[in-house]
Amino acid sequence: MAELSAEGTERTTDIRADYMAMTRRKRLYSGILLIVFVAMMTSGFMLADSRNAGGFWDGWHNILDFPAQVWGEAWEKAAQLPGHLLTFLPALLETINIAAASTLLGALGAIVVSLLATRGMARWPRLIPLFRRVMDVMRAIPEIVIALVLIFVLGGGPVPAMIAIAFHTVGALGKLFSEVNENASLKPVEGLQSVGASWSQRMLLGVMPQVAPNYLSYALLRFEINIRASAILGFVGAGGIGYELKNAMSWGQGKFDEAAAIFILLFLTIVFFDQISSHYRDRLTRGRPL
Amino acid sequence: MTIAADIPRDLKHEASRLFRRKRLLNFGLPALILAYFVYIFFAFDIAGLSQRASLDNARALVADSYSYKTHVLFDARSDEMEIAIEGERKGTYPPGSAPDWVTLTDSGAIADLGRGHEVVFDSGRVVYKIPGYGRLEAEPSNRGVDMVFPAGGMEDQPDWINASKNRLTVTTDAGRLTVTRTRAELFKYQFGWELFFFTLDSPFHGRSFPELVSLALSSDRLVEGQSNLAAMWEDFWYNAMWRHSEVVWAIFETVLMAFLGTFGAAMVALPFAFLAARNFSPMRTLLFGIRRVFDFLRGVDALIWTIVLARAFGPGPMTGALAILLTDTGTFGKLFSETLENVDDKQIEGVQSTGAKPLQRYRFGVIPQITPVLLSQLLYYLESNTRSATIIGAITGGGIGLLLTQAIITQKDWEEVTYYIVLIVLMVIFMDWVSGWLRRRLISSDESGV
Repeated sequence: MAELSAEGTERTTDIRADYMAMTRRKRLYSGILLIVFVAMMTSGFMLADSRNAGGFWDGWHNILDFPAQVWGEAWEKAAQLPGHLLTFLPALLETINIAAASTLLGALGAIVVSLLATRGMARWPRLIPLFRRVMDVMRAIPEIVIALVLIFVLGGGPVPAMIAIAFHTVGALGKLFSEVNENASLKPVEGLQSVGASWSQRMLLGVMPQVAPNYLSYALLRFEINIRASAILGFVGAGGIGYELKNAMSWGQGKFDEAAAIFILLFLTIVFFDQISSHYRDRLTRGRPL
Repeated sequence: MTIAADIPRDLKHEASRLFRRKRLLNFGLPALILAYFVYIFFAFDIAGLSQRASLDNARALVADSYSYKTHVLFDARSDEMEIAIEGERKGTYPPGSAPDWVTLTDSGAIADLGRGHEVVFDSGRVVYKIPGYGRLEAEPSNRGVDMVFPAGGMEDQPDWINASKNRLTVTTDAGRLTVTRTRAELFKYQFGWELFFFTLDSPFHGRSFPELVSLALSSDRLVEGQSNLAAMWEDFWYNAMWRHSEVVWAIFETVLMAFLGTFGAAMVALPFAFLAARNFSPMRTLLFGIRRVFDFLRGVDALIWTIVLARAFGPGPMTGALAILLTDTGTFGKLFSETLENVDDKQIEGVQSTGAKPLQRYRFGVIPQITPVLLSQLLYYLESNTRSATIIGAITGGGIGLLLTQAIITQKDWEEVTYYIVLIVLMVIFMDWVSGWLRRRLISSDESGV
């Protein structure tokens, strides 16, 4: 009896020593990881600082100069502000339209590609890896690359931006959609197949009703991201509010009241769609009807 | 009795109403989308696109992305020949040397364009021998271009010859010849990216790969005071045409922007996320205020942050990193506080029951629960921010985004644009892979909770 308990304590101390050693090792690893991380952050910061035109330490107290300047001018010409807001409304509408059209196009493309890239649903099961790689590449190309090239070919305007964002959206949504598809039940698909439904019928009637809420939720999130993207692309030459902002900025001082109006419009739009989309996404993920 | 009769009617009524609604949705939704696209068609003036679109630009872009052209230029004023790749100074052949399809003669040069096409520059006169057409002669002069056609006059030529008094352009599959009053210029298109490894002034230019390997291993030096391998590396790295070192730096800058921005934002956002989470916040007003700050940071968007910050710091990677940092502080603040609201209280209570102080409660009760979720979100954003950093770089002037816009603005270096695009895609795929790898490593090892 005594023998047994002595053995037991011995084992306990062993276990405790093992556990402590493991904890120490883990702490050591975590500590090393933390040191490496901090070193990377500081050296990265210093490097970025040295390669910047103006240094961080010289410039940080100037951060508020420009907003103050814009604010000052806007305040001085406050009476013109409503007029400016109205002037830039069509440009804003164009930016939103670019985002909406490209989200729609991209989502439609993503539905097809994601179905083709999901096991059990694919039209051509052998081509699943191909469609996956296609999505990866589409996702990897930043919108600006396609937009700039298309602006050269198609001329400025909303169409290059729309195509560029839609292209990227196919890849980005395609990946999310195919994850949703993987969780869908295949039973309705098999049922439809047994009565002789074609591939498109199977997908439309068997898969779509299951995945539609999730699709919609992701598409809403994408729409919000795409509004930002379309504003940025405007800045590099595709139309919309970004283009107006670039013009107002290049005029420099004296036109900052216009810039202020654009800032306000852009800010309100982004916040508005951000709230709307998070509200509806919340409802969709909780399974409540819209 | 009445009840029993009522129920089926109600059910039937409800079912048919459901059907009506479904039918409306099934037909209404596609109709709505279609209507929207029709509106977009007119709003974006897609019908007018064909006028604005330039097929020539598209053709030049595609052709230039996989081929390069060599200019053979005869200047009638100075009576000199010049051969340059892409017509650039950096790609000019030194006098007395030429690519192998051009033979320099005392009075000019003979260019063999292949497939029987031959252009002879001889004392100011240009002769183009075209198989199946004949011999075409032209000479730049002050009075205009003197032309001699094998048959017919200036107007009777096929449409690949464009002739007027002061200008002659001949475009064939083998090349293009332009003769004006002052100069005669021949373009030959060849497959590949010119001078990608070594420029013309490098002693290693034009050598085959086995030759280069044997040179690298041999001890007789082509460049004084440097081993062949080092000289080769230097010539490649500082290649004036492709600027490999600058490109690599630019890629690094872009990744740096994404790295600093993402992790900086996470470090700033985490403490504030505690204050913005319902179950941790000490005060309602504070919670509300911080959430609005997050909304503001997110709503201003990277574009505006970039513009504002570029005013203070000038262009460069720091500006881009800070723009990402500010926007993502808002995003992470929201995401993190949502995660914090979903933590399990049992673990915290368990830690508390052992007498842990508040800070210890957070460290051992909360952090282990949220680390995997936060890390996974963070790493996802690291990859996505690499793309954002490319775009921000194009606006603020830093990283690969700047190089890309510069190359596109020149509208002729499409091979460089292609090179950058390939590099950007590889960079993003690499970051995607790194973030996936880190996610698997860190999160699986962190599940123990220590």
